[in-house]
Amino acid sequence: MRLIRFDDWAKPVPPVRREVLSATPELDEGKPPVLFVPGFGHGAWVFAEFWLEHAAGRGFAAHAVSPRGHGGSAGSPKATLRAYAHDVVQAAASLPRQAVLVGHGAGALVVERALARYPARAAVLAAPVLGGWATFGAAVRRNPGGTLPAIFGGRLRLRRRQLFSREVPDAVAKAYAGRLGRASARAQWQLLLHRAPEPAVGDPPVLVVGSPDDRVVPASALTRAARRYGGAPLLFPGMGHDLMLDARWREPIDAILDWLEKGGS
Amino acid sequence: MTTSTDHDSATLWRDGRPVYDRGETVCVVGAGPSGLAAVKNLREHGFGVDCYERETGVGGGWNWRHDRSPVYASAHPVSSKPLTQYPDFPMPDDWPDYPHHSQVLAYLERYADHFDLRPHIWFGTEVVKVEPADGMRWDVTTRSTGGYGAERTHRYAAVVVANGHNWSPNLPAYDGLDDFKGRVIHASAYKDPAELRGKRVLVIGGGNTGCDIAVEAAQQASRCWHSTRRGYWYAPKYLLGRPADQFHDAILRLRLPLRLRQWLLQRILRLAVGDLRRFGMRRPDHKVFETHPIVNSQLIYHVGHGGIAPVPDVARFRQYSVELADGTEVEPDVVVAATGYQPRFEFLAPEALAATAEGRPRLHLHAFSRRHPTLAVAGLIESDSGILPLVHWQTVAIARWLRLREAAPQRAGEFWAGTVAKEPDRRWTGAKVKDTPRHWFEVSHVDYLRALQKMIDGLAGARA
Ligand SMILES: Cc1cc2nc3c(=O)[nH]c(=O)nc-3n(C[C@H](O)[C@H](O)[C@H](O)COP(=O)(O)OP(=O)(O)OC[C@H]3O[C@@H](n4cnc5c(N)ncnc54)[C@H](O)[C@@H]3O)c2cc1C
Ligand SMILES: NC(=O)c1ccc[n+]([C@@H]2O[C@H](COP(=O)([O-])OP(=O)(O)OC[C@H]3O[C@@H](n4cnc5c(N)ncnc54)[C@H](OP(=O)(O)O)[C@@H]3O)[C@@H](O)[C@H]2O)c1
Repeated sequence: MRLIRFDDWAKPVPPVRREVLSATPELDEGKPPVLFVPGFGHGAWVFAEFWLEHAAGRGFAAHAVSPRGHGGSAGSPKATLRAYAHDVVQAAASLPRQAVLVGHGAGALVVERALARYPARAAVLAAPVLGGWATFGAAVRRNPGGTLPAIFGGRLRLRRRQLFSREVPDAVAKAYAGRLGRASARAQWQLLLHRAPEPAVGDPPVLVVGSPDDRVVPASALTRAARRYGGAPLLFPGMGHDLMLDARWREPIDAILDWLEKGGS
Repeated sequence: MTTSTDHDSATLWRDGRPVYDRGETVCVVGAGPSGLAAVKNLREHGFGVDCYERETGVGGGWNWRHDRSPVYASAHPVSSKPLTQYPDFPMPDDWPDYPHHSQVLAYLERYADHFDLRPHIWFGTEVVKVEPADGMRWDVTTRSTGGYGAERTHRYAAVVVANGHNWSPNLPAYDGLDDFKGRVIHASAYKDPAELRGKRVLVIGGGNTGCDIAVEAAQQASRCWHSTRRGYWYAPKYLLGRPADQFHDAILRLRLPLRLRQWLLQRILRLAVGDLRRFGMRRPDHKVFETHPIVNSQLIYHVGHGGIAPVPDVARFRQYSVELADGTEVEPDVVVAATGYQPRFEFLAPEALAATAEGRPRLHLHAFSRRHPTLAVAGLIESDSGILPLVHWQTVAIARWLRLREAAPQRAGEFWAGTVAKEPDRRWTGAKVKDTPRHWFEVSHVDYLRALQKMIDGLAGARA
């Protein structure tokens, strides 16, 4: 826990217009609001496809925020991980009650940083891309053409078949891939080189979910991430990296909501 | 609203009166910014909490509906958002750098709702007595605000006092005050500049309140004299294009020696604000940070427009005039004494806080009673930053301390003996602050947070 925070005090993150998409249940049953955070290149829309409505249908107020430079939020070519985490914390603090944070892909890395600045009720890291050299090595091996340009500030590109299983029709997968954007060059570099996040405040329970067949995040990375929070990952075989858009999107979100209903532990 | 607090049946007795046992629950006195942080952080650390608040809402001094609120219509914080908000619950991005006081209240209400704190707060309930009981526990006696209804006593494992220290007026006993025919009010009773319209007004006191009210008088009153008993450093709200406190923190992070930093800031203020002697103001009799910082961009502006006449200290009051220290007399219709506030802890025996004869509590880190490990005070600080960023960590430290006591009494005892009990009184600022009562609790936020960091780390170490 670091109490002296000169960055926060002397260099606050400049505000930008932020997109938040929401689906709310008809009846407030007192369940905690859930805030979804997309990964690099993705926007809030990826959750608006299925997960938001589904969560609302199960009684959870569901929201998704586009970090700056993503989706419908204002552009920000120089954004850092810190700025993305700021956007998440702002969105969380604007909700009426203490929120659950769900980060997907590199959004999980952003959520880990947000947890150091906001006492979430619980957190879920879905197919988390937590960066580092091992992830980079795997990415270069699997997809050199999409990964290497990022070293020079180019866009980090994932192939369609890394993101989606074969169950997603080609045309649909193509349409999704066409909507992807990019994170800032700085944030992409930070994926590789960043300081470990400060510890989470408020000691929230953390769940890791993913697919052993994810061609971005190896199963070993899921296990490692889950172990850091004292648990084992929940696995959904046969799915691609983009769990919330894949054909069997229902299974992981149901598992996440079940976990929350059981009190998140 | 509920005012009954019969959580349990009485099993204990004190002086023939029933005492309701609240077990391991912690009692918090007050639901202002400090009390709210205490409730949240104690709950986050797993404690049951009963908070008593004599008003009917949260927000303490920032709630202008409260009788004892010191805020006035135009009040905006002197600290900018990053140094005003709780570190784990930011104010919205679309709010200004210095929000209006009503926004600060809205923020505190949202904090209470977001973290679901209200179910733990008993509104309209005043704490009248806090007395030590067996086994380091506390008997807390409450009654309905206003005095009706019976008193009730509950026994708690620990008490966190968060009753604020900016509500009980400090009004100096001036000679001749009783004979003065004009109107004299303390700043705490001042709410709206309409009260000053067309009047000749004397404002006494060079704290942030006195400066704010002098600025309002400059725009509403027919004349305004501003009396201070010394010269001060007047920082504007913006320096070099940034909120002044953010600019200051950018300098602080360079870790320059205090003297160099004081020299640098004084140079910058001389360049930005100028030498105030040409307005007839006195040269400060101290270095910057040796009095609580004043942040006000408009005071000097109105002095320059002739709307405010700076004058020396008040010597005495006469029937129709006020005599100043230099022998001159002014004839105000209204005198606003912005001479600050006094800390008050009527419900506690002075020994509990090791208070001096003048009523100055002496606590470890201005928060922990050295005598009673289960008694702490939150928010009893004045800082070169806002209060909330400090009180958050104070209450985290309090919660962790109480947790350690519960989980590992032996190690907690060693920790207490080794750090808290024997640490001498010290100031958590390097500056030689002026020896006036308002500076009893003055800290520098960086020095103070470093000390709190050490304590929190030490508690974690003792736990392991
Ligand atoms: C005009 C003005 C402007 C200020 N501007 C700033 C600023 O810019 N930034 C900043 O950080 N600070 C500022 N302050 C300081 C301000 O005091 C703190 O921000 C903050 O309000 C302190 O919170 P607190 O909870 O410690 O005390 P308070 O806000 O005073 O709250 C104490 C609460 O305890 C309750 N209480 C007291 N006694 C009892 C009892 N016996 N039983 C039950 N309840 C009780 C009271 O009703 C009250 O609700 C300003 C103060 C003033 C006067
Ligand atoms: N806009 C804002 O955010 C804002 C506005 C108001 C207040 N505040 C905060 O609220 C707190 C209280 O401020 P405050 O201005 O009400 O009180 P304060 O800081 O205690 O200032 C009191 C002033 O009165 C003077 N004084 C005290 N006793 C005196 C006496 N007997 N004779 C003559 N002068 C006397 C003091 O002089 P000395 O210098 O000699 O002690 C000082 O100038 C502070 O933390 C302040 O920062 C913030």
